[in-house]
Amino acid sequence: MDADRPLLRARGVTRYYGSRVGCRDVGLDLWPGEVLGVVGESGSGKTTLLGCLSGRLEPSAGTVEFTQRDGTVVDVLRIPEPALRKLARTDWGIVHQNPRDGLRLGVSAGANVGERLMALGARHYGRIREAAFDWLGRVEIDGERIDDWPETFSSGMQQRLQIARTLVTEPRLVFMDEPTGGLDVSVQARLLDLLRRLVTDLGLSAVIVTHDLAVTRLLAHRLLVMRGGEVVESGLTDQVLDDPQHPYTQLLVSSVLQP
Amino acid sequence: MNPYNFAFLDEQTKRMIRRAILKAVAIPGYQVPFGSREMPLSYGWGTGGVQVTASVIGPDDVLKVIDQGADDTTNAVSIRRFFERTTGVRTTTRTEAATLLQTRHRIPETPLAEGQIVVFQVPIPEPLRWLEPRETETRKMHALEEYGVMHVRLYEDITRHGHVETAYDYPVLVNGRYIMRPSPIPKFDNPKLDESPALLLFGAGREKRIYAVPPFTTVRSLDFEDHPFTIERWDQTCALCGAADVFMDEIVVDDKGGRMFVCSDTDFCERRRGR
Repeated sequence: MDADRPLLRARGVTRYYGSRVGCRDVGLDLWPGEVLGVVGESGSGKTTLLGCLSGRLEPSAGTVEFTQRDGTVVDVLRIPEPALRKLARTDWGIVHQNPRDGLRLGVSAGANVGERLMALGARHYGRIREAAFDWLGRVEIDGERIDDWPETFSSGMQQRLQIARTLVTEPRLVFMDEPTGGLDVSVQARLLDLLRRLVTDLGLSAVIVTHDLAVTRLLAHRLLVMRGGEVVESGLTDQVLDDPQHPYTQLLVSSVLQP
Repeated sequence: MNPYNFAFLDEQTKRMIRRAILKAVAIPGYQVPFGSREMPLSYGWGTGGVQVTASVIGPDDVLKVIDQGADDTTNAVSIRRFFERTTGVRTTTRTEAATLLQTRHRIPETPLAEGQIVVFQVPIPEPLRWLEPRETETRKMHALEEYGVMHVRLYEDITRHGHVETAYDYPVLVNGRYIMRPSPIPKFDNPKLDESPALLLFGAGREKRIYAVPPFTTVRSLDFEDHPFTIERWDQTCALCGAADVFMDEIVVDDKGGRMFVCSDTDFCERRRGR
């Protein structure tokens, strides 16, 4: 692949909801193997931006370009829907804030992990099951629970199951929307450890949307700070968090409780 | 003077349904929406099948109607009488004598022949419905051949029961393109759909869909490489006619646990006994 080409490049991404602004004129470059954090308070347009980047929301203006495995660049917002859905099944993964949005609750954990494999044409029961078993292990879920329904899992386990289900086809780009939201602190810490390891092991690129600065400190290489739909500051994570320039970022950083 | 138009439906309705049937035949396995009419029987009793039959039946046709393989159960008798009264066509119970067969939940044991039309009554036409409630989404999945989720269901069956537990309405891939519900026929009958010399028409009245398998079309039942599709087998023969390799009904004969297995196809069974 062309090394001097970002995996994902967005320019001027704007989305209005009627007359209100979802996000305005957001530009970003995501390089292969990089984790980009998007932080900001509730309603700052983080999730809107994520939706636009992953082709699930249609922006009012702007371009989003994705570099495919073969090096060709596609405009995510203008490719035909079949191609976009294929991209979402193969090269992309989406981890929802609420694991129930990303999981199929009526089928076993193994089937949840195997679904993307089957969608890509896997038709050998034994091998699908093996892959599911392997991935449950990688997200620290006991393999004995492969036949249990996700509903019987704790919320932390459900979130890890969702991650396994997303990563099983080894996507190159993962979109995460508040992956640790709604989890208690010790479970969060474990999940963050896990995510950090998986991201490094697999060389994943990821866009992580969160309001939790601690999450970005641990996971993200670079940071975008959003407010009122606009990016107010961006830079290396440590730089932004340790030496915030914009008043809003300063407020955000100082508002974190230090135990 | 017959108070009804031939075959009950008015000619414009028949024309509309025939157009849907032609489209269905042109795209094997594709569900064609049609303007389903109120019929003088309740939903679930075969309103879809009756409308399809009424649209293709002609004065020279010989009609056979079965319900779970039997010619003499309520559903079969009332639909047969309905067409006797509204068309005056000849009816039969002999599979090979019929030019048109309407069936609920079985395909006759006697092999179908070229020139015959079989009409199936369909309760739920959409094979993807169990996991996707949105019609817009299932249509898109059909259009883009996103059929991986069908195997999730088979996976789940094997995981829970050690084999695919789905025994009727077993999903099939038609002509290598569309996934289709074959209506609630036992999976025992699925192989009869493949390369069938007869035209197979499916009508769902409540859901307002018609689909078809034209003669000599490939129909493959979904399976896994290491769990191939199998059909039911019985370790005994029919208690009445001694037939093996047919689909059997288990009948409780007393209140002491006595039971016997007999052919589900009554016409097939009776004629074997008569010989």
